[in-house]
Amino acid sequence: MKIRNNIAVSETGFVFDPNSGDSFTLNETGKQILNMLSEGKTGSEIKHFFIENFEVEVTTFENNFSEFLMMLQGLNLVEE
Amino acid sequence: MKPKYTIAVTSLNNTDNPGAGVPVIRGLREAKSFDVRIIGLVYENLEPGIYMENVADKIYQIPYPSAGSDVFMERIEYIHSKENIDVIIPNFDAELFTFMKSEHVLKDMGIKTFLPTIKQFEERHKSELPEFGKKYGFDIPFSKTITNLSDIKNLQYEFNYPVLVKGKFYDAYLAYTPEQVIEFFNKISSKWGVPVIIQEFIKGTEVNVIALGDGKGNTIGSVPMRKQYITDKGKAWGGITLGDKNLMKITKDLIKKTKWKGGMELEFIKTQENKYYIIEINPRIPAWVYLAVGAGQNLPEALVKLALGENVEPFKSYDVGKMFVRYSQDIIADISVFEKLSMIGEL
Repeated sequence: MKIRNNIAVSETGFVFDPNSGDSFTLNETGKQILNMLSEGKTGSEIKHFFIENFEVEVTTFENNFSEFLMMLQGLNLVEE
Repeated sequence: MKPKYTIAVTSLNNTDNPGAGVPVIRGLREAKSFDVRIIGLVYENLEPGIYMENVADKIYQIPYPSAGSDVFMERIEYIHSKENIDVIIPNFDAELFTFMKSEHVLKDMGIKTFLPTIKQFEERHKSELPEFGKKYGFDIPFSKTITNLSDIKNLQYEFNYPVLVKGKFYDAYLAYTPEQVIEFFNKISSKWGVPVIIQEFIKGTEVNVIALGDGKGNTIGSVPMRKQYITDKGKAWGGITLGDKNLMKITKDLIKKTKWKGGMELEFIKTQENKYYIIEINPRIPAWVYLAVGAGQNLPEALVKLALGENVEPFKSYDVGKMFVRYSQDIIADISVFEKLSMIGEL
């Protein structure tokens, strides 16, 4: 899964979809995930990064991560 | 040295249901290829553009087109005799037909316009849109016109509720029941007359495009916009330019097929499945035209050049993500200004 190539993500975590005109704000975690997806990292690589660097249970991360990805899909910000 | 043109512009009604006059003038005043002297043509003596600074150099009151085209044209002739108008840009739906019909009379006087043909104007009427869609191959919501209350009971056989109830020029309401259709029919027909248009409700996001066609099938400029803030009259109070290539493709295709001449606004509903339905084609520059100017396409300037018979190269790009936000402000004016306009019809 990767971020659609015309989606603009600023350093502050502001996301702009030029197709729909929608904009979104991300927290630090969301911003990190989007940046990693932009770099072409896989879901498994992103999961390992968070488990290793933050105090978070694997299942908690997996649930939240999966929910976040579904939201990105629902908002049409990502493509397979 | 740049040439200076005298340009008459209507619709200085910069209210919460604004005409395009004031933003068109802003674009003209920012034109790089010419200077302007602006003649504001107004119907009402409280149109805000009359009192705004740096909008019109001279104001004339004109009769509503409903007073008859002879009276209307006599007034234009009088104003022309005083001001030597080069180009007129009409921006009010109800006056367009009169201006289009009088195109040759105006031309003989030495006044240029750049308006759609009567055929183009007629075939994109709200009531004609489904036929337009069939003829040119665009997706249009199913609609039909009704002229009296007795037509409403049969709508259930052709439509699923909710439906949109629209006036022939302005106003649109979403009705969930036949009772609401009756209410909106009465409201709209008392203001705009009949027919009233009943249109299938398509669920999705409204997106609009401003465009300028050269009358030969070429798109001189086009900018898509999504309303971000909508007034209770459904007008954009804020909006943002989009980078939607499909919208640009449909617009260019429509202008190519119809050989559209002049400014226009296309209103679309984009569905979740990325299908684009044209819900309205307005045959004039919309009130949000200054967003296009701000995004890099001075369409009023291009329109004037086309009207004057100059060759105009199509715009190649615009800025995506440019926004506009309207605001309201009180202008303090003296009663003598109002008095002068009321008593002698010019300022």
